[in-house]
Amino acid sequence: MGIIRRALDLALVAWRAFNRPAGHLSLGFLTIGGFVAGVLWWGGFNTALEMTNKEAFCIGCHEMKDNPYADLKQTIHYSNRSGVRATCPDCHVPHKWTDKIARKMQASKEVWGKIFGTVDTPEKFEAKRKELASHEWARLKANNSLECRNCHSADSMDITRQGARGAEAHQRFLFTGQATCIDCHKGIAHRLPDMTGVPIWTMPQQAAAPH
Amino acid sequence: MKHLRTALILSLLAPLPILGVPVAQRALATDPAPAQVAAAPSASVRDVKASGRPAFTGAEGLTVQEAPPIPKDATDDRRRQRNYPEQPPVIPHQIVGYQLDLRANKCLTCHAREFTGDSQAPMISVTHFQDRDGQVLGAVSARRYFCLQCHVPQTDVQPRVPNSFRDVDSVIREKDAAAKGGQ
Repeated sequence: MGIIRRALDLALVAWRAFNRPAGHLSLGFLTIGGFVAGVLWWGGFNTALEMTNKEAFCIGCHEMKDNPYADLKQTIHYSNRSGVRATCPDCHVPHKWTDKIARKMQASKEVWGKIFGTVDTPEKFEAKRKELASHEWARLKANNSLECRNCHSADSMDITRQGARGAEAHQRFLFTGQATCIDCHKGIAHRLPDMTGVPIWTMPQQAAAPH
Repeated sequence: MKHLRTALILSLLAPLPILGVPVAQRALATDPAPAQVAAAPSASVRDVKASGRPAFTGAEGLTVQEAPPIPKDATDDRRRQRNYPEQPPVIPHQIVGYQLDLRANKCLTCHAREFTGDSQAPMISVTHFQDRDGQVLGAVSARRYFCLQCHVPQTDVQPRVPNSFRDVDSVIREKDAAAKGGQ
């Protein structure tokens, strides 16, 4: 008997058992038991999901701890006068459930990167910095800087308390919808990559030219 | 059985030297009192022991001079007068968190020629486009790239070392006045 044949037989037996009405268990046990099992499963799933949504989880890998997290620690989003701070998922994982699941599925590629050591040295990370940053800029541009706006609301922004130049820029570009946060505020939580060719930023031609 | 008893007695005796520790501590401790007496009553001076930091080598008395708090940068966006024509203009705005390295130059996002129309910031001067042979380039010269080598923010503090600098105009005026007074 071939192995395929045997597997087919096994599948058939399983399907028959699955398809047959319960012989010994009551309907009440099955419905309530199913409900309880569902609650346990869903609770477990969400707990596991939230576990992966913590900074401690992110910097569990040295790739994240030594590169982006080290960057973050020098910025105002880590240390400031009021002690409010942003953790990795605050900016990098959407808060809405469906978007969050979509992002988590995308993150399976990061598991791939971890296994194959795509950015496992500072040099490799530097080489990829522009590409990685570009992904995040594109994401924030596409969702109108949603993760910024989870904390920073244009409505609650009192521009009279801002510097003159910032107030003017926010009035001209942000309030009119002409630009979104990430258009101007790149590199506010991590070191910037080589900004050649990025709008608003320039590089001197001497430094950009290959030597 | 005999071995067991010996071991038991030894294990009881083993911690006895601990009793000597307080005695040794008292015997070894040096008296820092004379040094502390020298501490000035000034609010900015604390004795070394209280500060937990080492005294400066050669400092008179074992005192620690408290550094004054770092003053805030002047960020009023008002251009400051230069003390002499070649003085690099100082920065009258906040630059905290500005990235300035080979990969990115935050200053140039406003002060580069092509952005001054939007930003209304002063353009980096024409000297910044010349290399050291005087050759004029299309963009900022590499030797002028790191802005903070010459341009710095200002704070309102009393200089530690007094400075009697006077600008050239006041020197000339004074000389003129002296010449007139002499006639």
